Amino acid sequence: MADVRSIEDHAREAYPEECCGFLLGTLGEPKAVRATRRAANVAPEDRPRRYAIDPRELLAADREASRAGQEILGFYHSHPDHPARPSDFDLGHAAWPGYSYVILSIVDRNPNDLRAWLMDSERRSVQAETLSIIGE
Amino acid sequence: MGRVKVLIPTPLRQYAGNQDVLEVSADDVRAAMGALVREFDQLRRHLYNDEGKLRNFVNVYVNEEDIRYLQKEATPVHDGDTISIVPSIAGGSLSAMDLLAARRKDALSPQEIKRYSRHLILPEVGMAGQLKLKRSSALVVGAGGLGNPLTTYLAAAGVGRIGIVDFDVIDLTNLQRQVAYTTKDIGRPKLEVLKERLQGLNPHLDVQTYATRLTSENALDILKDYDVVIDGTDNFPTRYLVNDASVLLGKPNVYGSIFRFEGQASVFWASKGPCYRCLYAEPPPPGLVPSCAEGGVLGVLPGIIGSVQAIEALKILLGKGDVLVGRLLVFDAMRMRFRELKLRKSPDCPVCGPNPTVKELIDYEEFCGLRGPGERVSEEYQITVQALKDTIENDGHVVLLDVREPMEWEIARLEDAVLMPVAQVAARVNELSTADDIVVYCKSGIRSARITNFLRELGFRKVKNLVGGIDAWAEFIDPDMPTY
Repeated sequence: MADVRSIEDHAREAYPEECCGFLLGTLGEPKAVRATRRAANVAPEDRPRRYAIDPRELLAADREASRAGQEILGFYHSHPDHPARPSDFDLGHAAWPGYSYVILSIVDRNPNDLRAWLMDSERRSVQAETLSIIGE
Repeated sequence: MGRVKVLIPTPLRQYAGNQDVLEVSADDVRAAMGALVREFDQLRRHLYNDEGKLRNFVNVYVNEEDIRYLQKEATPVHDGDTISIVPSIAGGSLSAMDLLAARRKDALSPQEIKRYSRHLILPEVGMAGQLKLKRSSALVVGAGGLGNPLTTYLAAAGVGRIGIVDFDVIDLTNLQRQVAYTTKDIGRPKLEVLKERLQGLNPHLDVQTYATRLTSENALDILKDYDVVIDGTDNFPTRYLVNDASVLLGKPNVYGSIFRFEGQASVFWASKGPCYRCLYAEPPPPGLVPSCAEGGVLGVLPGIIGSVQAIEALKILLGKGDVLVGRLLVFDAMRMRFRELKLRKSPDCPVCGPNPTVKELIDYEEFCGLRGPGERVSEEYQITVQALKDTIENDGHVVLLDVREPMEWEIARLEDAVLMPVAQVAARVNELSTADDIVVYCKSGIRSARITNFLRELGFRKVKNLVGGIDAWAEFIDPDMPTY
């Protein structure tokens, strides 16, 4: 569970702002998250309610993951004092079919609920997803 | 024509034959992307919207550069270049609908409805009232003892735009009553800390700060954009300035003041009742009414009076209830009693009366006598703390006359000083000798200046005023001396 812990630690440090990062690992059924990597939240405003990842950081993370024989499986972000459900904004801005989105609800600095979501290929709805998170 | 590589991000590979790199020949980005979607039609709807434009959430890089900062889709490409398609990754917990609604002034978002639910179920407020508050604005003059609870409650209540005027930094002596600040904030500008706090309390609000002293030059400009003005100041010049500017602009002025264990509040609104000048046409002589710094104040008192002001401001903005117009509320904490005095609009009021003599803002420092002769002591009757120290060390005999209050005397005093509070000087003047060298001091040199002039008029020739008072002594001569 080392990687769940690392997401929780990140969310705690960033609180009350949202934190965000990469889920790295290998595809499969279920996808296996083998590592996480922090990303800077570069949302230009309202970071307690918003996150954005710099595309350059995404490029760099992608390159490093390939070198390690891994892929970016998706992203995690925290919802400070909000449920671990994708918001409309998440759906509108962050939902790429194929990427997994892990949302950690953190209330008063205490991790509350962690859920993974996947958007269908028609970009119409999200479904809860099962991910395997393996500490290495 | 260049032969370029296109890197496909993980989520799109399923539409690109499960490949992560494709090679195409093209002159520019548009042609390269075009070649790509011709080959893999399924990619099209993920990269382009219905109008055939690149989706907002798709970033395209040529080598390491974002094409938005190059020539967009017309960015040329050459042999060996790499085009990266980078999905935009962003989101957040507040729904887009919420954010939009928070910006809109004609609706409440689901978040706002929940936040204000205890207001919404009050028939006197309800949705209509809460929307009124959202669309309204309040200007608070002063971020001190009154400004703290005032702004906090207005922000919590959802007043859409709150302006605050203050130029002070947080000082240790503030924390006894200015509860929005903490020990680690000492030395930071009050506005900066207060704005952070208010936005943390209610991120939907627009908090505007004016890091300046309110002056005759800027007051009308600052006040004119607000629905209600709230006076949280602690001095007469600003109080008259806020009053006159509010009268000239036709705005309600929610007044509050505190001293020791007593507080006052009223609403001065010239079109409906009296203004501050109807109550006090002229300021008291300087020094007669001590400030809180001189006279002290119970730390909780601004919490009560500031809250009364916040309630009155909300009632004005909502247009509900009986506002404190024409009534002066007097609170006595020691007797725990609220009294009410009737105020009448004065027909002779120089600013809101039928024949006003004040038609524009004046010099309020001068009006309040702060630059008047009472406080002006000519150079030869002044002595600096350094000169006083030298005189004492050279065994010059000097009588140190402390004109502060006994409580101040208990905190700190100069060695061998004589205590004679301002109010007692006239009756005890026979205890002094015109033959002695006398140095009069108080906390900051204002009260002692008046006494110096008073003694000179009685024929004391060898009397001097200590410039900067005991504060200056503590700052420059004796850093171990407690200050207050």
